[in-house]
Amino acid sequence: MKGEAFQHALKIEHDVCIGCSRCIRVCPTEALRVRQGKAQLYPDWCIDCGECYRACPTRAIVVESDDFNKIFSYKHRVLLIPCLFTGQFPQTISEDDIYHALYQIGFTQIVEVETSVDFLAESIDQYIENNPKPTISSFCPAIVRLIQVNYPSLIDNLMHLKAPVDITAEYCKKQLLQKGVDENDIGIFYITPCAAKIAAVRAPVGEYGTVITSVLNMDDLYNKTYHQIKQNKASDIQCKHTSELSDKSIRWTLTNGEAGNIKGRCLAIDGMDNVIEFLDKLEDEDTCNFDFLEIRACDESCPGGILALGNRFLAVEHMKHMAEKAPAVSQLPSEFSFTYDMIKAGNIEERSMVKYDKDIGKAIEKMERAKKLRRQLPNIDCGACGAPSCEALSDDVVRGESKISYCIFIQKQQEQSGDLSNEQSFEIMEEIWGKHKFRRK
Amino acid sequence: MVLNYHIEGGDFANAGTASSQIKKTLKQLSVPPVIIKRVVVALYEAEVNIVAHAYKGEIVVSIDPERIQMILDDEGPGIADISLAMQKGYSTASEEVRQMGFGAGMGLPNISENADSLNIQSKVGKGTKLEIIVKLS
Ligand code: SF4
Ligand code: SF4
Repeated sequence: MKGEAFQHALKIEHDVCIGCSRCIRVCPTEALRVRQGKAQLYPDWCIDCGECYRACPTRAIVVESDDFNKIFSYKHRVLLIPCLFTGQFPQTISEDDIYHALYQIGFTQIVEVETSVDFLAESIDQYIENNPKPTISSFCPAIVRLIQVNYPSLIDNLMHLKAPVDITAEYCKKQLLQKGVDENDIGIFYITPCAAKIAAVRAPVGEYGTVITSVLNMDDLYNKTYHQIKQNKASDIQCKHTSELSDKSIRWTLTNGEAGNIKGRCLAIDGMDNVIEFLDKLEDEDTCNFDFLEIRACDESCPGGILALGNRFLAVEHMKHMAEKAPAVSQLPSEFSFTYDMIKAGNIEERSMVKYDKDIGKAIEKMERAKKLRRQLPNIDCGACGAPSCEALSDDVVRGESKISYCIFIQKQQEQSGDLSNEQSFEIMEEIWGKHKFRRK
Repeated sequence: MVLNYHIEGGDFANAGTASSQIKKTLKQLSVPPVIIKRVVVALYEAEVNIVAHAYKGEIVVSIDPERIQMILDDEGPGIADISLAMQKGYSTASEEVRQMGFGAGMGLPNISENADSLNIQSKVGKGTKLEIIVKLS
């Protein structure tokens, strides 16, 4: 277990972490533990869902972002803006205000992420006809990773098509190259609502390289943009949109955005608990007749993303309001055209968490030992051992990553039988929770 | 490793509990997904057979590095003609059971397709015992 950084976008600031253990209880893959009074991560098990970030009361879990000024290393600074970004602002602020401010803070071209959605939606209709049912959308990277780690039997159902942002990014780059712009002068930036999308840009799953240069956190850019808007006078605004997105494009990142616009029997599930309950069921039964499943990690989908700062219900309402006024088909400048090879993604590998051992014989033996240990544990999942549950502690012990005496009930028994001295039991608790937690205040 | 489950006839609400538990165990043991799928399909069918046709039954699953052995022993009407029951589409399920989406006559053939070996012993009026083996290596 490496303590320092997630190999992902999330990072635990150990100076700020108070070791409260809230995060270890909410992690859907049980990837966190408390040691020395700080949260620690098993990076291989983390799916970048951000549940820990939500639960942290001290903001010790942060989303690492690239330095904004990096954009100025490029002559052509393309910003890919999701409709969700506009949806964060109060409805009194117009899109023109927002775009104008974004040009002012340094971008040379702004393209809506969802310009590729109409084309993608049509391609999905074709895709689901020729692939195993149900097709599971690969839109939400946290879900792709959850399936890789926990539901390997569903990997073949994951859609091998890219997300709108990757398609639009590729299109923009192609356009600029065709215009004769030097590749080194092109910077493509994406505003993300979550850590999962950052992880997807840094380490795409599905055998394709991304053309996105770097990712900007939605909350940071919101502040920067809002600040600029406040300084502008209404008369300054000369920015005009060149495109008009379709109703489905605007709704795409909302719950039912995909499922509501794909042909056949479709279902949308959002929110981690709902997702896990559903995937467990889906894996058990072959009886599901769905053509397409939209599955999103966040409650209310992307408006519920950890970097989407506005209230998610208000953002959803705002975006639905925008969609109501939109045409049925996106009105894009004539040069926009997408091709199937731009949206195809390759195979997705499984990334099963090795809970006991890679060798099946050893795994069976360790599982049996863990089961025996569990019978000694109180099964109250109190978390005092630094693990999220008694089951997790017993598994940690057989993997050699924890000790049974980390359990306070076992400590009491060992103290009574004389196997453990009072000092030793104290030291164990300090090992888990840090010395500072035992200082008298 | 040996795991035991008790199945009550007619308890459709809980049909599939054993196969779901076994799936979880095999996942934790990092068994390849293709093998897990075969085990789960075979065991689920066999489990539903007990729920749909028998009064009650016991499932014993033993897992070792070479194979997964599932023994399903039920008290029920038994199967009069096993070779007939092995034909696709043959079913003695009542209308009530069929309406619940079970008993389409895919049971035994489906189990046999997913198993490396299937052994059936049945006594009419007493019950049926299935031994299903799926190899791990
Ligand atoms: S991002 Fe999700 S999976 Fe990763 S540690 Fe946090 S809660 Fe667990
Ligand atoms: S639902 Fe949207 S915001 Fe949430 S993790 Fe998935 S892609 Fe990110």
